[in-house]
Amino acid sequence: MTHLDKESLQLKTDLIGMWNLVISQLNKTHEALINFDKDLAHEVVANEKRVNGHELKIDNDCENLFALFNPVAIDLRFTLAVLKINSNLERTGDMADGIGRFILNGNGPFDEELLKVTQVIHMYDEASSMLVDILMAFEHENTKIARSIFKRDEILNQININSIQVVADYIRTHPDNIEQALFVLSIIRKLERVGDHCKNIAEEIIFYIEAKVLKHASKKQKAE
Amino acid sequence: MNHIIATEKLNLFYNDFHALKDINMKMRANTVTALIGPSGCGKSTYLRLFNRMNDLIDGVKITGDVRVEGKDIYEKNTDVVDLRRKVGMVFQKPNPFPKTIFENVAYGLRVNGINDNGFIKDKVEQSLVQSALWDEVKDKMNKSAFELSGGQQQRLCIARALAIEPSIILMDEPASALDPISTAKIEELIYELKQNYTIVIVTHNMQQAARVSDHTAFFYLGELIEYGETKEIFTNPKDKKTQNYITGRFG
Repeated sequence: MTHLDKESLQLKTDLIGMWNLVISQLNKTHEALINFDKDLAHEVVANEKRVNGHELKIDNDCENLFALFNPVAIDLRFTLAVLKINSNLERTGDMADGIGRFILNGNGPFDEELLKVTQVIHMYDEASSMLVDILMAFEHENTKIARSIFKRDEILNQININSIQVVADYIRTHPDNIEQALFVLSIIRKLERVGDHCKNIAEEIIFYIEAKVLKHASKKQKAE
Repeated sequence: MNHIIATEKLNLFYNDFHALKDINMKMRANTVTALIGPSGCGKSTYLRLFNRMNDLIDGVKITGDVRVEGKDIYEKNTDVVDLRRKVGMVFQKPNPFPKTIFENVAYGLRVNGINDNGFIKDKVEQSLVQSALWDEVKDKMNKSAFELSGGQQQRLCIARALAIEPSIILMDEPASALDPISTAKIEELIYELKQNYTIVIVTHNMQQAARVSDHTAFFYLGELIEYGETKEIFTNPKDKKTQNYITGRFG
């Protein structure tokens, strides 16, 4: 194994560490939302600093790798992809932090009917599983899994599009619970963004492994 | 497309050793082409084809086509002296003549029968300006070339090659014996020179190949494995062997 291989492997390990932390952050807000667990929400908000710390370290390691090893070809694409995935994971962490803050500001457990009609829990399950699967794609350099993310992101987009009407209907029938309805709408927006980050990460993985640029590509091009 | 250099089904043997195998390659005018590959892969042998430097080695046999400016340079009637006027060469180690700075550059003109001192003076100055050495030597033109630093000597050799107005310049690891500052000057010079010349450079320095060349050719065991745009070779090489070589995972 070359020196560069060792450094790249360490970078990969660090990124996977950050990835698992972000997955855990998102899952904790999921649990905190269902159980209205403010302690857990507080833990997520406190852990945001750790996510930021990971981001800075990985940024710095990428910078050193560029400066000291002048990576080319697959090594260059790997380092560029890590840099961008890192940024997308940090933003996903921000989403979890934001959701945690909504829960901390809540006055009581979320109405189960509201959670059901908005499909926010389904959205959570999907976003969380996308984040886990895209990690698997990265770990095993599997572009087939990475490509599967694009379709799944559309599920989140559709729930997000429907949410305005659903929440408006809910507010009409539950005028005393407007605040919670608006919180859930904001959570849906954030989960939709998590889906976008997963999609961006999938594009970076395909770029790294296949040298194909799928940013702004059509659905057909992405499927190829 | 204006291809100033082209080889087709080119094979070269050193006695029984098959050093270059079926090389098909075309180079456009006013571009820089880098030849890369591990030692013994045939890149320097390929470079030396274009001014027939390999003719000087015993037991060399060449088959196939080598064309410079459209002419088969291995046909019987080729004037090798004229060819070498058109195709200049710069070597790994600077090799100035034991003469003054001025005479080093003027040498090629004099041996080509030019006696007009005014013309020679102008040409020497022009060549030294082109090789980015003029400002450093203009006040010591009568000093020995050996008083110059290694990097300056190499630029003097480039000026010497430029003075006889070649259209192609072959460079065999021109910066490998130089310090980083001199190397940077040579690389900058290559970039400037391609406006007027076609340059073919052999280098072991991958980053140098990436920085200075428009096209890169990767040779391995006498075969041309991959040839393409440098940007493409260094970001997305098509052949696994190329990728392994440029990323340092060879062998």
